[in-house]
Order: sequence, then C-alpha cells, then structure tokens
Amino acid sequence: MNEGFRLLPRSASTFAPQVDGVYFFHLAVAAFFTLLILVLVIYFSLRYSRKRNRHPQNVEASNTIEIAFIVALFFLTMVMGAWGTRIYIDEYVVPQGAMEIHVIAKQWMWKTQHPEGQREINALHIPIGRPIRLVMNSQDVIHSFFIPAFRVKRDVVPGRYNEMWFQATTPGDYHLFCAEYCGSNHSAMIGTITVMEPAAYQRWLAGTSADEPPVRSGEKLFAQFACNTCHGQRAPTLAGMYGRKVTLDTGQTLIAGDPYIRESILNPSAKIVAGFPPIMPTYQGQITEEQLMNLMTYIKTLKDASTQPTQ
Amino acid sequence: MTEHTAHLQHHFRDLDQQHEAATLGMWTFLATEVLFFGGLFLGYSVYRICYPQAWIEGSHHLKESAGAINTGVLLCSSLTMAMAVRCASRHLTKQTTGFLLATITLGLIFLGIKATEYRIEWNEALVPHFNFDTNRYAANPSLGQRVELFMSFYFIMTALHATHMIVGISLLTWVAYHARKGRYINNPTWVEMTGLYWHFVDIVWIFLFPLLYLIR
Amino acid sequence: MTSIPYIPAIDRPETYLTAGYKVRTWLLTRDHKRIAILYMIFITFFFVIGGVAATLMRLELVTPRADLFQPDAYNRLFTMHGIIMVFFFLIPSIPAVLGNFLIPIMIGARDMAFPRINLFSWYLFIIGGAITFFALLLGGVDTGWTFYTPFSSVYSDSWVTLAIVGIFINGFSSILTGLNIIVTVHTMRAPGMYWFRMPLFVWSIYATALIQVLATPVIAITLLLVAVERVTGIGIFNPALGGDPVLFQHMFWFYSHPAVYIMILPSFGVMSEIITCFSHKRIFGYRFVAFSSFAIAVLGFLTWAHHMFVAGISLYAGITFSFVSFIVAIPSAIKAFNWTFTLYKGSVDLKTPMLYALGFLGLFVMGGLTGFFVATLGLDVHVHDTYFVVAHFHYIMVGGAVMGYLGGIHFWWPKITGKMYPEWWGRFSAFTIFMGFNLTFFPQFILGYLGMPRRYASYPDEFQVLNVLSSAGASILAVGYVLPLTYLLWSLKWGKPATQNPFGAAGLEWTTSSPPPPENFKVQPIVTDEAYAYEKIPLPPPSP
Repeated sequence: MNEGFRLLPRSASTFAPQVDGVYFFHLAVAAFFTLLILVLVIYFSLRYSRKRNRHPQNVEASNTIEIAFIVALFFLTMVMGAWGTRIYIDEYVVPQGAMEIHVIAKQWMWKTQHPEGQREINALHIPIGRPIRLVMNSQDVIHSFFIPAFRVKRDVVPGRYNEMWFQATTPGDYHLFCAEYCGSNHSAMIGTITVMEPAAYQRWLAGTSADEPPVRSGEKLFAQFACNTCHGQRAPTLAGMYGRKVTLDTGQTLIAGDPYIRESILNPSAKIVAGFPPIMPTYQGQITEEQLMNLMTYIKTLKDASTQPTQ
Repeated sequence: MTEHTAHLQHHFRDLDQQHEAATLGMWTFLATEVLFFGGLFLGYSVYRICYPQAWIEGSHHLKESAGAINTGVLLCSSLTMAMAVRCASRHLTKQTTGFLLATITLGLIFLGIKATEYRIEWNEALVPHFNFDTNRYAANPSLGQRVELFMSFYFIMTALHATHMIVGISLLTWVAYHARKGRYINNPTWVEMTGLYWHFVDIVWIFLFPLLYLIR
Repeated sequence: MTSIPYIPAIDRPETYLTAGYKVRTWLLTRDHKRIAILYMIFITFFFVIGGVAATLMRLELVTPRADLFQPDAYNRLFTMHGIIMVFFFLIPSIPAVLGNFLIPIMIGARDMAFPRINLFSWYLFIIGGAITFFALLLGGVDTGWTFYTPFSSVYSDSWVTLAIVGIFINGFSSILTGLNIIVTVHTMRAPGMYWFRMPLFVWSIYATALIQVLATPVIAITLLLVAVERVTGIGIFNPALGGDPVLFQHMFWFYSHPAVYIMILPSFGVMSEIITCFSHKRIFGYRFVAFSSFAIAVLGFLTWAHHMFVAGISLYAGITFSFVSFIVAIPSAIKAFNWTFTLYKGSVDLKTPMLYALGFLGLFVMGGLTGFFVATLGLDVHVHDTYFVVAHFHYIMVGGAVMGYLGGIHFWWPKITGKMYPEWWGRFSAFTIFMGFNLTFFPQFILGYLGMPRRYASYPDEFQVLNVLSSAGASILAVGYVLPLTYLLWSLKWGKPATQNPFGAAGLEWTTSSPPPPENFKVQPIVTDEAYAYEKIPLPPPSP
C-alpha cells in the first residue's frame, strides 16, 4: 500500500473522478486569482513606487465596477457550489439494491460485517462494480469513516445511524482512516480497504469463515424477544412497515425509517402508532448496538404479511 | 454646577454622554444575557421535541403553585423597581430607598420559595445525579432517563436564574445604600441601570415558568 | 450641561508611560493605553507558549511513527496549541491590544466608555488564562480545542473541566471588551467624527465587537453544560443517556464560526490603515470596505453548520449552509479587490508594515480561495478533517490574523512606545515569516487532498516527504517570529525616538505626541476631514 510520493491520491471509486474534476476547477480559479493579485501588487508597487511617483492621485471607486465585481463573483461561486452540490446529492442518495455492510466503530477499532456474515476488524473486502452501502454506528465517541481513494467520508455517531455509499472501480488496497478525533489512539484507528474483482471477492467470501449473516441473527433475536407475540395483533404489524408513513397517537405522521425503528425498540413509549396501546417494554440495555443493527436488518426484510412469522 | 461634576467621570464630556454610554452598555449586556440563556432554551426546545412525553411527565413533578406564587412575587418586585426608578428621576430620596428595599425583600422572598421548592424536590428524590430515584420508572427506564434529563434542564435553568437574582439583589443593596445617602439626587443612572437588569431577570422567569411548569 | 476642562498641560505628565512608575500604577490603571500594554505582554506570553507547542508538534511529525511523543502527549500538545492560540491569543490579540490602544484615540476620545470595566476584563483574561494554563501544566487536556462530545463530556480523563472554567471566565473578558468598544464608538466620538469619517480600523473593530457580544455567550453556556455534564453525569450531550452529541456541534460552531471573524476582521482594519498610509492616498471604495465588515459579521452567524457536512445533517441543511458560506466570501473578496486597487496611482513605499500588509493580502487571498474548496459540498466531504482544512484555516488565522497583528504592531510601535523599530530587521522578518509560512502550510494542502487526517500523531510513510517540508518551513517560521520579539524589545532601549507622525499617516492618532499623553490629546480634537485625507499631508520622502 506504500504509494511513494504523489500529489493526488489514487482514484478508485465512481466518485473520485467527479471530485477531482471539481478540485481542478477550484484549483484553476484559485490559481487565477492568486496570480492576478500577485501580478497587480508587484506591478503597482514598482510602477507607482514612491521613488517613481511623487504625486499620488485619489481614484474614486465607481459603484458600477464594485457591483459588477460582486455580481461576477456571485455567479462564479454559484457555479463552483452547484457543481459540488451535485456530487453531494449523488453521495446522499443510495442506489436501490446496494450491498449492505455493517460498520461498528469503537475506541480504536473498526468492526465490519458482510451480509453473508463474514466479520473483519480494521479491514473491509469489497467487490468492484457494485454499489455498497455502509450502515454505521459507534459504541462510544464520534468517529469518522474516511477512504481517501474513494473521496468519501462520513461521521460515525453514537446513538444514530449514519449511512454512506460508494462503488469501487479499481482493485487494490486502500487506506481507511478515522477522520474525527476520538482519543488516545486516534491515529492508530486505521485499516485497509481491499477492492477485488467480483470473482476474487466470491472466492474470498467462500474462504473466510462466516458468522451467522446479520439477517439470520436478526431473525433469531426476533424470535428470542418474541416480537411477534404482539406485533401483528396488539401492536402494529412490522410487515412492509419500513419506509412507510405512519400516524402517531398525537396525530403527527412520520416515515418509519431507521431512526424511528431504533427509537421504538429502545424507547417504545416515545412515539406510539395511533390506535395501539403503549404496551411495549423497552429493550434498552438488553440489546447491543450490533444486535440492534441485525434486528433492524431483519425487520427491513419483512416486506408483506406473508413474510412475518406469526404466533 | 459643581455637584454635577461630582457624578461625572473624567473621561466623559458631559452627563448626557455618560448617561447615554451607561444605557447603551446595559442594553448591550442584556443582549449578551439573552444569548446566554438562549443556548439553554435551544437545548430545552430540541429535547422537548424529541421527548415530548418525558417533558410532560417531568413537569408534573414540579410544584406549579410555588412557581405561580413566585411569578406573582417577581411581578410585584418589577413594579416596586419601576417605582424606585421613577422616584429617583424625581429626586425623591426617601421614596427611592423605600422602593429599593421593597424590591430587595421581594427578591429574597422569591429565593426563599425557590429554596423550599428545591428542598421538596430533594426530599422527593428528583435531583439528577445526586438522588434521582430511577425505581419510579422501573417499568420504563428509558422514560426515567429522559425525565432525568428534563430535571437537569429544570435545575440548570432555575439555578442560573437564581444566580442572576442573587447578583441583582447584591446590586440593589449597593444602590439602596447609596440612594439612602442621597447620592443619586442628580444622577439616577445607577438606579435606572439596576432596574433594567432587574426587569430582564424577571422576564427570563416569565419565560421559564410556563416552559417548565405549565406546558404539559 | 457642564464639561470638565482639560488639566493644564504643565500639571500633567508628558506621556501615558511617564504617568507613574510604580507597579500599582499599572495594575490599577484605568488608562486604556496602559491596559493595552498589559494585554500585549500576556498575549505575547501565550503566543510563545502556543508557538512552542506547535514547534514540538511539527518536530514529532518529521517521522511517520509516534516516537518523539507518545500519542497521548501529542494529543495534549495540539489541544494546548489550539486552546491557547484561539482563546488566549487570536481572539484578544488585535481587539484588546491595538483596539484598546487606538479606538479612543482614533475617534478623539479621552478613554474607553468604561475604563474600570476595561481593567476588569483584563483581570478576567488573566484569571481565565491562569486557570487554563494551570490545567495544561497539571497534565493537559486531550479533547482538541473543539471539545466534541461525548468524548469531552464522558470519555476523556484529562483536565477538561478546569480548562473549561478558564475559557468560560475568559469569555466574559471578551464580551466586556466588545461591549466597551461598542459603547465607546457609539457615544465617545469627537465633535465632527461622523460615522463615515471613522477610520476603517474602527469600523472593523466595531463589527468584531458585535460578534464578540452576540456569539461568546453561546459558547459560554455550551461549555458550561459540558462541564456540568462531566461533573454530575447528566446526559445533555451523551447519547447513552438520551442526549444528542450533534447538538453540541451546532451550539459550538454557532460561536466558533463567527469567532473566526473575531480573529480576522480586526486584521482587515489594520490592512486598510497600513495600505492607505504607504500608498499615501484614500482607500479605494471606503463605503464598500466599511459595509463589507458588517456583511461578514452578519452572514458569519449563518454559516456554522458547514463544519458539519459529514456529521449527518440533512441534505437541505447542507445545501443551505454551503450557499451561505459562498456568499460570505464575497465581502472578503471585495476588500481584497479594494486594497489592491488602493495601490493604483498611489505612491507606494515598501516599509515594514507595508510588507506585512502585502504579505497578508497574498496569504489571505489564498486562505479565502481555499475556503471555496471547503465550502463546496462534494469537495468538503473529501477534505473535511484533513490537513487541507488545517492549511486553509492557518492561511486565514496565521497568514491573515497574525500577519495583520504584526503589521499593526510595527505600524503603531512608534506611537505606542515612542521608539522606532529597526527598519532593515523589520523587512527581513516580514520576508522570513512570509517564506516560512508558505513552506510550512502549502505542503499541507497537498497532504490534505492526499487524505492525511488532522490530529494524527503517526501517519503512513508516503506522507513523510511533505511533512518534512512542512516541519522545515515551521523552523523558518519560528525564527521569523523570534526576530520581531527580539528587535522590538531591543528598540525599547536603543531604538531611535519617534516623531509625532513618522510615516506621514492620516488619522487622529498621528496628531498627538508619540507616545500620547494620559488623556490622549492636549486639546479636544474637532474633526473636519473624512478619513484618509492624504491630499492634505505632505508626502514623506521614499525610504532607502
């Protein structure tokens, strides 16, 4: 992975060329203005030096020039901003059918788990050509998942799920850094992202002992906590509930996304679905972040009534 | 002429300038205070939206009758303060001192009631970290945790307000001492400035009382 | 209404420096000029401490391994560097030293509006500084100057609470200084000193004071909550207890982004004074420069969440804050444009303060333009929390604010001390600092884009070349800073005595003696000219 001296990081995701494009545009703008100021300052200092020019003249600033400058600058910055915003929106909207990988951060370690169950520490193997979505949570302080070669970064915040996605393009080993200062060994909280051809990735999966896949663990937890004793009867059914709009007893409506499901498991009485009694016990302290993530992965797979196990 | 100069600090040109500076200074300081409390109000509002149930539950633990009496006491103290300022501007030494003392007394009554409230809350095991009784919420520990958060806001906000009251009472005592000696006859600026501060502290309570005790 | 006549000149000491020699005449002084000197001494002390910490950090980063310092020690060093430089050097530097000294003189007043409060805020600064410094001596703080929760409020086992108490107290010093300046500018102006006759330095310090007064209380309450959370374990910012750590970031940056403008706006003021003086003409576009300070002060309050583009804020919040961040760059660009065109058809003399000012212009333009990179959403996702950001804000805060401060110190040194600084050494140091600065921080832009995260005690080998370059630059920069410290002290004893107006500058401060008498002017000045009426001042000869 030692790359020797270079001026640009390696480029290994679909985002990388886009980000580099904006970067070069910004560089050009910055270089132009820096040189312009430099040339003007040097020219004026020589041409109008006190030795040469003993008769300084006041020059009235014309409002037209100032305002023209403001307007031109405004449009220039809007182009710069819009270009970057376009990429940010792409980074925000996760494509359908992305492969979901769980990331749990703790002081000072990255734990990852593949959908098939393989676990890694401070490492992640991924195939090229496939969108990959990371669902990330921290067990302690704020960390930040940063892969320079992919030009992506996202804070990993305790108590909430942050997501990011990318699609790798070039096989190789790349740095993984923690970018948000997290304590003593912050600079040792690094790892390696290994990007592989799809076939090589399949071989790697097969050759790596797999734990239970997250969906299976989630299913077991679902049974263990006997979620189905209530959900579907005295409590709202979970089938097809993910991403749907629900109405609360307060009359509010919200989308049942990750934050809502998480809160409902940890603090069920906070937001009750209209028409149901607040009978659910809290699972705070009884379930680890990792189990919670697995359980939620499972709940999300419950697409319609036939898939939810009944009593 | 000479008695004027006794009140005029050497670097001001005249009393008008000095008065203008003092007034602007106090208003600027109050703007600072608004933002100081503003941070707390922001935190309170964010969590109120996140945990409405816990906030309702928490406010049921507070003694709204004590809060209501205290609101009355403070409103009365604002009245006496306003009277003191009015008397000072009319050069009525005795009345100024009297109204200042009344304001101090009302302020002390407020603090007394507040202290009693704290005592009751301590006895009811409602003080976060020190003696908050989580068993009360054994059935729903996470709700208990959030009620504790509410109580934290309650104590921090009211304690900060009480600190401002104590500062206000100290200022008033000092001003009353000088007023009694007739030092503000020609320059009531200090009485006015203390009055502005006192009204501000009152207004903070006017926001705190409904937010903490009443909205359920 | 009456007014106090000025005391006849025979009965008063000649200058504010000779008004008393006992220590208590300094420690109990209410003279804004003496208070400015008191500030200057301790700000220099804190600058040296912060600078030593920076030097040690750069030494550690010469090698990829954490060998000179263990990571824990390194973390304490950068925290110390950040806390001291931000809260105890940059924020008070120009407002409390040059602002304190010059604002009353520039507007023709005898003192600040509240001289006692002025002295009181110096004491608050000293007490806050002593407490924080003590916390750093006891074992330090390892949270970074940003105090992000829940690390600072729950996990860190360093002297966070004590440091916060110090910063909290210091915050009130900053608020009171700001308050004093606002009131002074509003109420103490000399007859004829209308708002649009004020020097631009006064405008920019005034705009700074507005930010100090409105933003500082928010950080005070935020840090207070962190301290309470540490001590009592309530969970306002701790997700394990139902709190929200990102709320802390919002509240923190609501102050700390405007705080950047507290640091840079005063330098803008210094720039306008120096550039006009050494071009010997009026500023190009007075009103645009004056109003741009206000535009910055106001817009600066609306950009805070651009520090949180990757923290998980919503898409719409990201787009809004990116947009406002671009807008806030425009007034700064107007200033740079107007300063450059002030040189046009002037009579330019490259004396030391002018060299600092032109150095400022170059570095600030680069700092500002790289600000576009980090304001751009897609690009910020990559460079956020890397050395790119470190380089960017050092270009603003060191290249901008410190260059401005040093330029101002040189420019007004004759006025403050009555002695001239040595010109050759001054030019040499300005040049050394400019070169050393660029060598230190330019490689960090490249490092950042390569992906080296900030606050790393160790780093992958391939980043070494650029880190060594940066450390080499830092050693030049350190020499550059030691030079003025040395020759300015030297000049106190051996410097040539300064005349009333050695640079042929416009402004009320140059119409009184150097150093000024205790109440600034022997007769109350009455202003009849606009600022920078250089056509009425004879052109000084070119310097050799």
